[in-house]
Amino acid sequence: MSTFPALDHLVRAVFALAVLATVSGALVAVLSARIIRSVAGLALCCVGLAGLYYFLHAPFLALMEILIYVGAVCVTIVFAVMLAEPDEPPAREPRCSRLLWGAAALVCSAAAFVAIGWAVFSHPWPAPAPQPPPDTVRGIGTAFLTTHALAFELVSVVLVVGILGALVVARLGRGRG
Amino acid sequence: MSFDHLNPHIYLGLAAFLLAAGIWVGAAAHVYRNVHLGEFRLGCRAEFRGDEQVFSLRERVTGQVCVLFIMGIAAAEVALALGICIAVYRHYRSIGSKEVAELRG
Repeated sequence: MSTFPALDHLVRAVFALAVLATVSGALVAVLSARIIRSVAGLALCCVGLAGLYYFLHAPFLALMEILIYVGAVCVTIVFAVMLAEPDEPPAREPRCSRLLWGAAALVCSAAAFVAIGWAVFSHPWPAPAPQPPPDTVRGIGTAFLTTHALAFELVSVVLVVGILGALVVARLGRGRG
Repeated sequence: MSFDHLNPHIYLGLAAFLLAAGIWVGAAAHVYRNVHLGEFRLGCRAEFRGDEQVFSLRERVTGQVCVLFIMGIAAAEVALALGICIAVYRHYRSIGSKEVAELRG
């Protein structure tokens, strides 16, 4: 029983907004020919996904989604776009090759969507809990240091190797420039 | 099927849509020569795994740890991608596929 009379409708509207942002952002990212619009669509899609994570009672994941994907991935792509002369018109392949690749991509993606969609809608999945669990962030921190310590250390190693590799690659480019 | 935030089929159907869109982009990137959108494919796959983990695992903390693990790997990918962009730019003064002939298929 909610205290505010229109609270259920408000929650439903915000959820629909998150779904709409995710779908429209994905479509813009996929269908746009200009890369900067694709990046904007990707950012919108990630913001919508963050909202969905919030509805799944995972606010920490929602913040991380915005921080990592919107704040790091999209900004990196924007940096790449700025370096790569964004006014350059996209190169086009012959019409036959475009149609062939487009049809193959469409068939693969449609097959994946139908297969997964059939599995999704033919199975009774457990519904999310109506109330958020208490102390989610504390539980994640405790899990990272106890039961999932190996995953935590593995992510740390991957990040360190990634940063060192990026530094080495960038330094090699400086030597040849 | 009700359209509310307690219906798991909406989340999973959305994840399937994102995965299909990512596959389409990954396969059709050859058409547009748009290498940056490959990141979108990886991101969608990660999100799909994340949603799946959050729903399929009864212990919700484990699902969130899995999603954070995937996000950490994505961050490492971003660091490497930025390093490659900087290196290619220093070498060719551009990272456009028009100038960098070695990146052409």
